[in-house]
Amino acid sequence: MATKPTVAIHKFSSCDGCQLALLNMGEALVDLTGRVDIKHFAEAGVLDESAHVDIAFVEGSIVTKLDTQRIQQIRKNARYLITMGACATSGGIQALKNLAKHPASWPADIYPQPEFIDSLDRSEPIKAHVKVDFELWGCPINSRQISAAIGAMLEGVMPRDDREKLCIECKRQGHVCTLITQGEPCMGPVTRTGCGALCPEFGRACYGCYGESELPKNAVLARRFLGLGLLTDQVERRFQLIHPEPERTLGLGHGGQDD
Amino acid sequence: MGGKMTERRVTIDVPSLARVEGEGALHLKIEQGTLQHLQFKIYEPPRFFEKFLEGRHYSEVPDIVARICGICPVAYQVSAVNALESLFEVELTPWIKQMRRLLYCGEWIQSHSLHIHLLALPDYFHETTVLGLAAKQPDAVKRGFFIQEAGNRLIKFLGGRSVHPIGLQVGGFHKAPSLAEAAELHRYIESALPEAIAMAEWVARLDMPDEQQSFTSVALTSPHYPLETGRLKSDRGLDIGVDDYETYFTESQCPHSTALWSLLKGENYLVGPLARLNLNVNGLPPFLDRLLAKLGNPFPSQNMFHSMLARAVEICFALHEASELLRNYKVPDTPSVPVRVKAGECCGWSEAPRGLLWHRYQVDAEGIIRAAKIVPPTSQNQARIEQDLAQSLQAFGLEHSDEALRLHSEKVIRNYDPCISCATHFLRFSAERSP
Repeated sequence: MATKPTVAIHKFSSCDGCQLALLNMGEALVDLTGRVDIKHFAEAGVLDESAHVDIAFVEGSIVTKLDTQRIQQIRKNARYLITMGACATSGGIQALKNLAKHPASWPADIYPQPEFIDSLDRSEPIKAHVKVDFELWGCPINSRQISAAIGAMLEGVMPRDDREKLCIECKRQGHVCTLITQGEPCMGPVTRTGCGALCPEFGRACYGCYGESELPKNAVLARRFLGLGLLTDQVERRFQLIHPEPERTLGLGHGGQDD
Repeated sequence: MGGKMTERRVTIDVPSLARVEGEGALHLKIEQGTLQHLQFKIYEPPRFFEKFLEGRHYSEVPDIVARICGICPVAYQVSAVNALESLFEVELTPWIKQMRRLLYCGEWIQSHSLHIHLLALPDYFHETTVLGLAAKQPDAVKRGFFIQEAGNRLIKFLGGRSVHPIGLQVGGFHKAPSLAEAAELHRYIESALPEAIAMAEWVARLDMPDEQQSFTSVALTSPHYPLETGRLKSDRGLDIGVDDYETYFTESQCPHSTALWSLLKGENYLVGPLARLNLNVNGLPPFLDRLLAKLGNPFPSQNMFHSMLARAVEICFALHEASELLRNYKVPDTPSVPVRVKAGECCGWSEAPRGLLWHRYQVDAEGIIRAAKIVPPTSQNQARIEQDLAQSLQAFGLEHSDEALRLHSEKVIRNYDPCISCATHFLRFSAERSP
């Protein structure tokens, strides 16, 4: 019998929600271990952080000096490295820190003894530090995404990167457009598909948790939001929530004027 | 002391705890048969969520606070909307109140079941993972997954997905599910309840250490078991409303932890399933009274190893509650009520799977959050965990092998189901300092 491909699940700064794509799989998780050999997955109880593996899945963003060293080692020990979710892929909601004027002062502002806190000024995606072979976008990712990625890799091909706009998926499902009918600032036209168009299905505007789509017309959508009556800072907040980075060109100019 | 050289110097270092949510470690040092040094260390880096909330519109709060925890996002959302709705004096409809409870039942079932089967049980079968356990106890693990899925389905019913659900808003829900969806879910829940009862009976038969400790239980209480609402009580006379929390509870920093420590009048205390059941054992439905009587009802209990049974009982309760709520499900005229923004300060709480979760917000007249403070369960349990470890390891016997001591320590820590990612989002420091 051929040896099974080896897999590791690593965690950096995160909510652990993307690991639930595996832990919530139920019996499929047990089946999965028939096809791959999990070498490291701390939350599931498998500990061998320095194991050499075929695929390393990485959750979370880089926020400490120690993180910067750990990720180098993980990269060296893995044939393929795949990021899981927003924090690992774009820096995630935690990258809101990067937009703050004085993030370096946050620990000192708050903790009485900031010298105990190892915290970099920025929350950075994995690709800012090492080469990433494939990205699973989403906050959170779902079981389907990770199963599809592992399935493709087992067949010897890279998983398909679907950057289609959520808007298209939403139309296909026949939901009522929240932007047109309710004047809601829906991010669907510039957001990556993958969630299943959940928010429009629930009658609410997409808030962009799967990150930026292909060919995003950010400035056009931002102008549309102004047309709905949103102020400049409200439009900016809309674009800077789950994936505040990389910053997008909205062409809003300064002082609340649309240029 | 001096003469005998039979003492053992032991240093046990667990640099990375497995089967807990987030990043924690344990250091302990035993010299001359006594515990010289013990640290339950939370080193997951700070995540600064309260800072992210500043400058955000109140309507964005449920989506932001959900991201503090992938396992208990509903708890964060509900504590937040409880706070904001109290400030805005929102009159929720009975349907909204019922559905909040239903959604919360889902999270308890999902989180507790995940903890029992994937995180805690392997310890009791000399296994390190659920996969090893599945080889030895395939039916128990299968049943566990079936129950966990009931929780996931409940959250999806009202929230679209079980991690970071999107259905909740200040003032109600975004959408009311259909009768057909409710009926289908009801069938699943009904089929899961007998499985959960069997699971609870099975858990009650597991061989657990009999170890009594003195500690204060703190939990919300309500006549119908507390999830999303109640008054905060302790088994030592505390009885307060949500706005008085900071009068009694203080937070301080410890060098070895990125989570702040919470103390009740300077003393550690317990939150979570065991504390809840200790204070609300008289609020259970009759079928659970009968079940507990059959199992020789240990509650209220001062044995932390009864935490797993407490979780199992709460799963049964939540499935039963969910079944009742779904049986009478009706599609409402509207899933939400209008909200009128008011400036001011507000507090909200609820019983997260791991215990009390308290929020405070300062909101301006435009509905923008000016300040936020969030106190999660794990930072409240942190001081208690260290005290428990010290007592429990002495009771267990320090003469045991390093491996046995390490395993016992991990069991003790897992009794609290620590959620470390939660505990290390940023907590605004009030004026308290550790000595």
